[in-house]
Amino acid sequence: MGKYYQPEIETMPREQLKALQSERLVQQIHHVYENVPYYRAKMEQAGVTPEDIHGIEDLHKLPFLSKNDLRDAYPYGLLAKPLKDCVRIQSTSGTTGRRVVAFYTQHDIDLWEDCCARAIVAAGGSNEDVVQVCYGYGLFTGGPGLNGGSHKVGSLTLPMSSGNTERQLQFMEDLEATILCCTPSYALYLAESAIESGVRDRLKLRAGIFGAEAWTEEMRHDIEDKLGIKAYDIYGLTELSGPGVSFECEEQKGMHVNEDHFIVEIIDPETGEVLPEGSKGELVFTSITKEAFPMIRYRTRDICVLNPTPCSCGRTHIRMSKPMGRSDDMLIIRGVNVFPSQIETVLLNQGMPANYQIIIDRVNNTDTFDIEVEMTDALFADSVAAIANKEKEIIAALRAMLGISAKVHLVAPKSITRSEGKAVRVVDKRKLY
Amino acid sequence: MVVSQLSIFLENKPGQLSELVNVLAVYKIDLLALSIAEAQDYGVLRIIVDQPEQTAKLLRDKGWVCSLTDVLAVTVPDAPGSLTKILSVLADNNLSLAYSYAFLSKSQGKACIILRVEDNALAAKTLAAAGIEA
Repeated sequence: MGKYYQPEIETMPREQLKALQSERLVQQIHHVYENVPYYRAKMEQAGVTPEDIHGIEDLHKLPFLSKNDLRDAYPYGLLAKPLKDCVRIQSTSGTTGRRVVAFYTQHDIDLWEDCCARAIVAAGGSNEDVVQVCYGYGLFTGGPGLNGGSHKVGSLTLPMSSGNTERQLQFMEDLEATILCCTPSYALYLAESAIESGVRDRLKLRAGIFGAEAWTEEMRHDIEDKLGIKAYDIYGLTELSGPGVSFECEEQKGMHVNEDHFIVEIIDPETGEVLPEGSKGELVFTSITKEAFPMIRYRTRDICVLNPTPCSCGRTHIRMSKPMGRSDDMLIIRGVNVFPSQIETVLLNQGMPANYQIIIDRVNNTDTFDIEVEMTDALFADSVAAIANKEKEIIAALRAMLGISAKVHLVAPKSITRSEGKAVRVVDKRKLY
Repeated sequence: MVVSQLSIFLENKPGQLSELVNVLAVYKIDLLALSIAEAQDYGVLRIIVDQPEQTAKLLRDKGWVCSLTDVLAVTVPDAPGSLTKILSVLADNNLSLAYSYAFLSKSQGKACIILRVEDNALAAKTLAAAGIEA
């Protein structure tokens, strides 16, 4: 296999690529207008019809979609194809109790897997490789996405899913895995475990594709040194498909956006105004090929910079920086999206006032997730066992809502730091950006 | 005698108990007995004071979380064997004890045992039947 998975697309001259985007955008807007009443109403409200959209130059006329729209339209409100044409759902956290549910036709799965295949080939992968996927499988898109991409490339795929480090290392060694796909923090954890157990020098790993959480250049160097591999970044979100919306090439200087499938814009998060190329702002994507769950001008809340300069790898698709922050309060903890409002919902459901503080840190390359909850008269009892039971109920309810475990600490009333009267809800001690 | 015990939530960090006890001192509240049940991050302080209701109100106003629990106070001679007598009566009657602590009574030669049982009236009656005045 060559340097590109789909060379004719990945190295397409930009003029041609823009024409392709325009053509697909026009089609997509017709498709969405005709099949998604929710979005048609938004367009009508904004005074736009499909006839106003002649190409990418008209994109800015269209209304945005946000996570709130996904919540309001849950579960079927943004579906653009009959359910009988859909073959899969994937899911990610919502801002409150309701999760985001994304639908896929077989065509949508294929294009998503193509995007992941491009990332694997860009990391030097081919059908000679053994790809170990230790992203979670299931509703989370990490596992299924890279798994599908690896199949498309023709690599031998090890669908390990997350956890069980001992078994990961045993398969990595015995089956001679050459490409590792997981979160960067888990990659570092695996690296350190491999060094500790002495298998590091017997591994055949050459490259790793790491995403689903923020990581720094320092972390990249650390992973590369410890595992003796090249570490590539990958970006994506469930709303758009999953991992593979953009990916790094051998230059490791920004992630190429798969622009034949996704039109990218940078906007001012305050005003919604489109910013000129090279400005720092919020990433907005429009999926122009997806059938079942198309997103038109979806606001990611990730703060980024686009780099239009040509890349020496030969790919013509624009590059985006690593996300530099968020324009909302979403946290990514151990690769899982967490909104403080979800924690608030759990506490209120448990009959408690939402006096809490989330404390996140990274210890030994693993995110720690602690929640301090202020004690209240209702929660208090003379018996330690009774308090401990209530504490367990809160932990279980949080786990059910968030999908990951948090440590809960009961603290004295009014002890949570308040800044100018407003409680500080999140203390993130990690150095992510 | 049934007495009202004050239970207070204390976070497990330096200075918490000191702060609480200081409030009692400032307001001249007489602390008769004190016991702590501790968990990982917090403890439950249990105290017997002369004016439990007023003290609870005072502490709540100052932002502490607390509650009042009726417990049984049994005054016994401060002599070997006093406690075992009480406990064997409870055991013989299959009455379980959640916790207990003791302090020297203000009356010379007497000790006071605090008992947390499920049913104070039943425990008091059972002890009285065995000749122990509760």
